[in-house]
Amino acid sequence: MTAEFAGNQQIIEILYLIASVLFILSLKWLSAPSTARHGVLAGEIGMVLAIVGTLLHHGIVDYKWIAIALVLGSGIGIPLGLVQMTAVPQRTALSHAFGALCVTLVGTSEFYLRTPNVPRFMMSVLCMEVILASLTFTGSLMAAGKLQEVLPQRPITYRGQNFVNLGVLAIAIVVAVYIVLHPEAKQLFPVLIVVPLIFGVLMIVPIGGADMPTVISLLNSYAGLSAAAMGFVLNSKLLIIAGALDGSSGFILSVIMSKAMNRSFTNVLFGAFGQVAATATGKAEERTVRSATAEEAAGILAAANRVVVVPGYGMAVAQAQHKVRELYDALTKKGVDVRFAIHPVAGRMPGHMNVLLAEADIPYDKLMEMDDINGDFPQTDVALVIGANDVTNPAARTDQSSPIFGMPILDVDKARTVMVIKRSMSPGFAGIDNPLYYLDRTLMLFGDAKAFVNSIVHELAGNSH
Amino acid sequence: MGSSLIDGLFVFMLAGFIGFEVIRRVSPLLHTPLMSLTNALDAIAVVGAIVLVGEHKSNLSFILGVIAIVAATSNVVGGFLITDRMLKMFKSSRPTKP
Repeated sequence: MTAEFAGNQQIIEILYLIASVLFILSLKWLSAPSTARHGVLAGEIGMVLAIVGTLLHHGIVDYKWIAIALVLGSGIGIPLGLVQMTAVPQRTALSHAFGALCVTLVGTSEFYLRTPNVPRFMMSVLCMEVILASLTFTGSLMAAGKLQEVLPQRPITYRGQNFVNLGVLAIAIVVAVYIVLHPEAKQLFPVLIVVPLIFGVLMIVPIGGADMPTVISLLNSYAGLSAAAMGFVLNSKLLIIAGALDGSSGFILSVIMSKAMNRSFTNVLFGAFGQVAATATGKAEERTVRSATAEEAAGILAAANRVVVVPGYGMAVAQAQHKVRELYDALTKKGVDVRFAIHPVAGRMPGHMNVLLAEADIPYDKLMEMDDINGDFPQTDVALVIGANDVTNPAARTDQSSPIFGMPILDVDKARTVMVIKRSMSPGFAGIDNPLYYLDRTLMLFGDAKAFVNSIVHELAGNSH
Repeated sequence: MGSSLIDGLFVFMLAGFIGFEVIRRVSPLLHTPLMSLTNALDAIAVVGAIVLVGEHKSNLSFILGVIAIVAATSNVVGGFLITDRMLKMFKSSRPTKP
């Protein structure tokens, strides 16, 4: 019996080891689009091996409910895996919430099963796990709610907000320290869940849509770190590895996003998001803009040699990506070189625009990163901005008083002609005026992105006959 | 117990470095699939929940464990599914190598 038991244990550990290797390979293969799908397969195999290994665990007596829960979870997972591509940001936020929920519940169970016989270091890791996971749970739900627009998207700020938020977090930390020192104080444990749950809500209240890419990355990182902490508590190296991979991925993405918005990382870490809106009141002087019709726009585009399209969240909202693809086809057929300039924080999550354009069948080698395309704008005949605003604002380069001063932008103002598709002259999400719109070389194309691109495509088709 | 914690810290440190180096090389083109894939991998936390349910040491841990399995499994299934759907869409304009 003992020999069999030890044998089982070894098999489990070996399966976990293979799963860890597959997880790392999975992320490695994701580095290029050509190998990326192998990465998904490797991850899936690793996951199956790990779950099979766990089912061999000697202490397991009840398989029925495990099976029921696995089936139920798959039943929820399948529709979540089939959502529309425009809903990917909120789906991602929701899945962070589910991951954090799992970690919170397991952490809570472990606490009540083990306390008070828990070494101090273990207890502090357990407390950290529960705090991080609970705040990630409500924070991610809030983010998903804002992205799905069931909650108001506008940031809600008030005086002393950071003070209140940090105060709430401090309560949780003080209670955690007390529990580490006095593990018998079981009755205090619910505080470690409830207070971070509240903090998670407060943390996202001041966040506006434009800050979402950073916030989602940060929540991703928190979810990973809490899972790694759970790995320490359960003494599972596989879990520590998966958590560390997820944590570092979220961390790297948050750093990239905060750099692309010219925010310091500490500024992001302490939740001081969305403060831009408070100071953003541009000069109210009346300036003239030049506008153009779809016919005129089509004429200019057809005469161009090089066109760069700059998509933003507005394109996603208008669901215009498929019409943009038609425009791409029409212009390419006329021999125009069309490329896309993607700002790192365009959209609502990292890589959002790339996925939408790939969905519309635009080849990925036409999607250019900011640093690779910025040098080409002076040789570009037309820069066509569709639903992007702040990421094209030249005030970020020149106007020291602008709240976005210093943020790296796409240099669309250096193109020979700039066309901006926009609903009206109302300022964008952060409420910052964009001097780009008043340049002599800029033509404003007023209207819904999808409808306007459609009429340009029609004009182009008409011209060719 | 003490040494297994230190072991864990070593593993965490090494995995963190590997993660950092591997993920730094992921093209920004694929940042959205990266996030959904790491999210699916992170749902490996399901193994902890499976043990809780299977061992049935207390009613609380059993019930919380069942909910945890459901939550994590939905991430595993949904995460891999949507990552694969997204990656399938990325096509190059150049002909693929034979």
